[in-house]
Amino acid sequence: MTSTTERVRLTREQMGAVIAQRFEHRWIVNLGIGIPTLASSFVLPDQEITFTSENGVIGYGGLAPDGLEDPDVVNAGVQHVVLEQGAAIIHHADSFGLIRRGLVDVTCLGAYEVAADGSFANWKLADDGHPELGGIGGAMDLAACAKQIFVAMEHVTRDGSPRLLEQCTLPVTAPRGVKLVVTDIAVVSIDDQGFVLEEHAPGWTLEEIQELTAAPLRASDSLRPIGI
Amino acid sequence: MRKVTIHPTMSAAVADIPDGASIMIPGFGPGTPWNLLRALWDQGARELTLITNTIGFPATDDRLRTVGNFVEDGRVKKLYSSFTASTRPSREGVGERLVREGKMESELVPQGTLAERIRAGGAGIPAFYTPAATGTLLAEGKEAREFGGREYLLEHAIFADYAFIRAHRADEVGNLLYRRAARNYNPIMATAATHTIAEVEEHVLPIGAFDPDHIHTPGIHVESLVQIPTDGFFAVSRELTIGATPAPATT
Repeated sequence: MTSTTERVRLTREQMGAVIAQRFEHRWIVNLGIGIPTLASSFVLPDQEITFTSENGVIGYGGLAPDGLEDPDVVNAGVQHVVLEQGAAIIHHADSFGLIRRGLVDVTCLGAYEVAADGSFANWKLADDGHPELGGIGGAMDLAACAKQIFVAMEHVTRDGSPRLLEQCTLPVTAPRGVKLVVTDIAVVSIDDQGFVLEEHAPGWTLEEIQELTAAPLRASDSLRPIGI
Repeated sequence: MRKVTIHPTMSAAVADIPDGASIMIPGFGPGTPWNLLRALWDQGARELTLITNTIGFPATDDRLRTVGNFVEDGRVKKLYSSFTASTRPSREGVGERLVREGKMESELVPQGTLAERIRAGGAGIPAFYTPAATGTLLAEGKEAREFGGREYLLEHAIFADYAFIRAHRADEVGNLLYRRAARNYNPIMATAATHTIAEVEEHVLPIGAFDPDHIHTPGIHVESLVQIPTDGFFAVSRELTIGATPAPATT
């Protein structure tokens, strides 16, 4: 496949919009800190999505406009969001009870690495012999109990190393469960054989994306450009 | 019904907290007991065990003290939290050096497990099983058991000497209401401590002001209250704290 289109990298907002497109009708969605929180601003009303945050908000929408923030209404990233009509608030243990019991259709999380077996790492920057040091938040609960996991992350690190790997080098958040990865250049699904390229950013070829991916990337039968 | 103690000042509310106390600190942005924390800072208690969602970076506004401030000043012996280290490569977290040097203990607990350990503490349940963290580094050394073909890890209840609560409304019996997402850990922590002290945003109401059907924390769990003043040093309002506790970012 060749392309003469200029190569585009998605912005964080565009990645949020791509994730939002992938939500199915009436899903209950949990959004983690970082790029995933942007998805709540891009769903359409007819998708009928219910956003639930780990801090106990059931039914919130996009980010609150500047100056109109309610100090007591925040998402998992402690960003001020708008409550939907019909919203409810529950406490922290009930919030994770809802998660643990399997009511969340998809959790969207950031990551440092995702592996071809669906494992991912997002809580510790190195295996330094101190498992008591790290930043987990709700990620392990969500990864273990949500029906599926979407990851949003840059395709490579700041120094250009791949983040899609055969195996995670960092301590994993969960040993399995990632079904979809949205990066700034690709949408990649994971099946029982590994990574499948579903969509590519405008101007990018499979070969170019494979060069930045440290595990085999098969083309989907319906490989197409990301619609932005 | 017994009325609870209403302390005249924040300082009075924390005066008797000794060195070595264990304290539950709620808050996920909103719902943080800023005034009690600030008063505890002045009071100077050390060797504390703190149970809280995130260690947080130290606050620079003099009216605010985060758990990060207490850690940085060496006042914390042990920390239970779902964020104990920075998640940014470029910025070392406040407690990491202390932990690596063996000067502070930390227990990194997945957030749902932390919430359930606190709920269990307040509900008389000594231990429970959860699927969170199976197959990860945190599972090492933990008892595991299978239920319905799936692996679960055994986790233990947490109960503290004190809980600092941030309430929106209270009555003289100690019944409490929280506002929106300021609720978070407050209801569970209120049940899981010997002494529950609540700082209250609105004027404490007389007995009978609350409808029994509309109470978040019954006063039976609450030992004392302290009114947040409308002005002055300890009047840390909700509006002041917009943006005060940005979340740690993963990527």
